[in-house]
Amino acid sequence: MLTDLYVFGDSPLHRTRPVVKITALVVFCSTLFIVEGWASVLVAGALVVTGFAVAGLKPRHAFVSVRPALWILAAIFAVQAYLTDVVFAGFVVARFVVLILAAALVTLTTRTSEFVDGILSALTYAPAWVPKEQIALAISLCLRFIPLVRAVLEDVRQAQSARGLDRNLTALLVPLVVRTLKTADEVSQAVYSRSFD
Amino acid sequence: METRNVVFIALFAAIVAALAVFPPITLPLVGVPITAQSLGVMLAGGVLGAVRGGLAVVLFLVLVAIGLPLLAGGRGGFGVFLGPSGGFLVGWIVAAYAIGYMTERLWHRLNYLVAAGICFAGGVVLLYAIGVPWSAFVAEIPIGTALAGSLPFIPGDIIKCLIAAGVMVIVKRSYPIITPKSPAMPQTGM
Repeated sequence: MLTDLYVFGDSPLHRTRPVVKITALVVFCSTLFIVEGWASVLVAGALVVTGFAVAGLKPRHAFVSVRPALWILAAIFAVQAYLTDVVFAGFVVARFVVLILAAALVTLTTRTSEFVDGILSALTYAPAWVPKEQIALAISLCLRFIPLVRAVLEDVRQAQSARGLDRNLTALLVPLVVRTLKTADEVSQAVYSRSFD
Repeated sequence: METRNVVFIALFAAIVAALAVFPPITLPLVGVPITAQSLGVMLAGGVLGAVRGGLAVVLFLVLVAIGLPLLAGGRGGFGVFLGPSGGFLVGWIVAAYAIGYMTERLWHRLNYLVAAGICFAGGVVLLYAIGVPWSAFVAEIPIGTALAGSLPFIPGDIIKCLIAAGVMVIVKRSYPIITPKSPAMPQTGM
């Protein structure tokens, strides 16, 4: 089963179209890099906090989003505090936190399926040289096959574990890749036989 | 682009995603987790070739960006591109393309050593040439400092090159996908 990072809700932020949210995010992040300084970070931080409140997200969601970057942010803080001063170090780290939270706000309030629908409907406006059907096919095949490839990996892992090879990455990867390539050939035969193209 | 190639791209993106289940080892102080996923990126280029391998990584990163937690450790969403190590993710596309390009050129002479050299050039040298200046820019630290912070990952990456090279050579023998003589495939916008 594929689960996305979406958090259920019915706020104005949840209802905004994905393309609007992404455009806003790009503008927001670029502004933070163009207008440097504590003032812009504080304003942006206030905006993000308001966004979290409006969307009904909890501090826990914010913490989970920032957590993977905590170590590297601590390291950057230490390096900046040593090279420049503590105020600038705080600014650089605070800007990262605001950027990551702004992105998390978009991710947490938008279902993956909404994004996929957004991409597919945007494709109908794309110029003729864009291979629309093939992009749509690639996205839907990949979403469909991630759980399958995970199951294959688990099969291979159990088989190699019975041979005492479960710590050997080559012994796991070769069967995984070859089985997936064979599956890909079978799937493309199936697609041909249904006259997809 | 032929349907068969589209299917290869989609399924290899799924392999890169599935490799996230190997638990990542995060070194304290540096933060970029050591994962099996960059192995998947090397293999995308080394097994599918330049265009298909690069597009497989593009597709994978699109799915990450639209909120699927497909990166090791269950990370996903736009935030991962905005963090300090976002350049390494974007660099994966270039790395997979470059590894695929070199593999296509050297296909008839591909042995374990050549494959390891290709993976090192594309998956380490080129990848760091993109990721390190990127993190230096966004964290506003000197490039030398950013490089020093990335050095602890190089031993792990070299081990991954050696593993990827072994897999590339075996897959070349058992289920070759790259056809070196065929004309370059048309670029498709994605």
